[in-house]
Amino acid sequence: MKIKISVSNLNFYYGKTQALHNISLEIPEKEVMAFIGPSGCGKSTFLRTLNRMNDIIPNTKVEGKVLLDGKDIYAPDTNVVNLRKRVGMIFQKSNPFPKSIFENVAYGIRINRLHKNKADLEERVERALQDAALWDEVKDRLHKSAFDLSGGQQQRLCIARALAIQPEVILMDEPASALDPIATQKIEELIVELKKNYTIVIVTHNMQQAARISDKTAFFMLGKLIEVNPTSKIFTNPDQKLTEDYITGRFG
Amino acid sequence: MERRILDQQLNLLRDKILLLGGMTEKALHRAVQSLIERDVELAQQVLKDDKIIDQMELDIDRFCIEILALHQPAAHDLRFVISVAKITPILERIADHASSIAEAALVLSNEPQIRRYIDLPLMSEIAAEMLGNALDAFTSENSLLSREVIEEDNKIDACYKRIFDELIEMIIENPSITTSAAHLLFVAKHLERIGDYVKDICELNVYLTEAVFIKHSHLTSNQ
Repeated sequence: MKIKISVSNLNFYYGKTQALHNISLEIPEKEVMAFIGPSGCGKSTFLRTLNRMNDIIPNTKVEGKVLLDGKDIYAPDTNVVNLRKRVGMIFQKSNPFPKSIFENVAYGIRINRLHKNKADLEERVERALQDAALWDEVKDRLHKSAFDLSGGQQQRLCIARALAIQPEVILMDEPASALDPIATQKIEELIVELKKNYTIVIVTHNMQQAARISDKTAFFMLGKLIEVNPTSKIFTNPDQKLTEDYITGRFG
Repeated sequence: MERRILDQQLNLLRDKILLLGGMTEKALHRAVQSLIERDVELAQQVLKDDKIIDQMELDIDRFCIEILALHQPAAHDLRFVISVAKITPILERIADHASSIAEAALVLSNEPQIRRYIDLPLMSEIAAEMLGNALDAFTSENSLLSREVIEEDNKIDACYKRIFDELIEMIIENPSITTSAAHLLFVAKHLERIGDYVKDICELNVYLTEAVFIKHSHLTSNQ
């Protein structure tokens, strides 16, 4: 099992407030890791440290190391744009561009100049939509507005948009929390399918979702990593009492 | 809020399984008593109560499924529901064996009393004590006691072997008691099986409290 991301002694501060305390964690390649924990526990903040998304928030500070394939993403010579190509992100609320379905997916391919010609561009768009399990639903209306799609389809479009630029890791911050059960199920099936080729890290408030789709689960509380273990162990026999109290609903 | 609802459900489930355990203990005790004291009425009561036990089993089964479907318990809560779901049919089977002993008591009440019931009273005492202790261990989540009860099963097995040999000897000495002896042999076999079932209950309690599978531990990883 190859480790894709290795985090050691990570601390994170919003101004003077320390949001993450000395987190060390290894994320294996081509697995799904779920982050769970009560609101405000730092799981989303931690997720955003993995592709330096927190950089855009003023007055924040990071200490410690995040190695992607052994290389520190916080090293001064890191190309952050390139990093975010390798480590894509899907947000809670789908955020398609005000463009057509096709253009949403083609955008990243174009600005990164990944395509050789028009035919190649079309092929890449189709593949990304297929990989996001959306192609069959949109192939006849590729040039219609992305806003015409349902919430679940818009979220899968955002996944297709992320896949189009060939990332290695996909970070998902509650990607299904605004979706109905059927759309949620499609996203979950998609995540399980995607792990064949990508490393996936997902923040979720839905513990059953973590149980269903993840290989490993990390439980956070008050900015600390309390426990990380195989998901089946977390949900049947966690090592830490705090984890058990949380997953059995004794608090949170 | 959700937590309190689940707690209520788990407490209710605990009450139900303890009630079933109590009924099963009573069935075993009465079945053996009806055999030894040739008490036909008591034997018939055991058979009648078995229908109530069957109904209780169904009720607990349904309740376990309902809890799993509606509350999705995890960790200890999950292990508790799973253990109850697995212990319930075991208790029902123990009660079935008690019924079979009661049926033997009915048949034997029409046969002349054979010389003695050899070690059957002792064997039934050990089985009843094992069952009582196994249920106590489950109630108090005492896996140490469960492990002790598991060891007791050897005594039951030894009794069974002794009774088997003695009954065969008695048949050879006096073939006219063959029918009675054969029924007693079945009774001994029922008690021996009850010992095995009690062992299964104890293994499930170890799973509940320690989250390890000790059944067939020589075959698989027990974590």
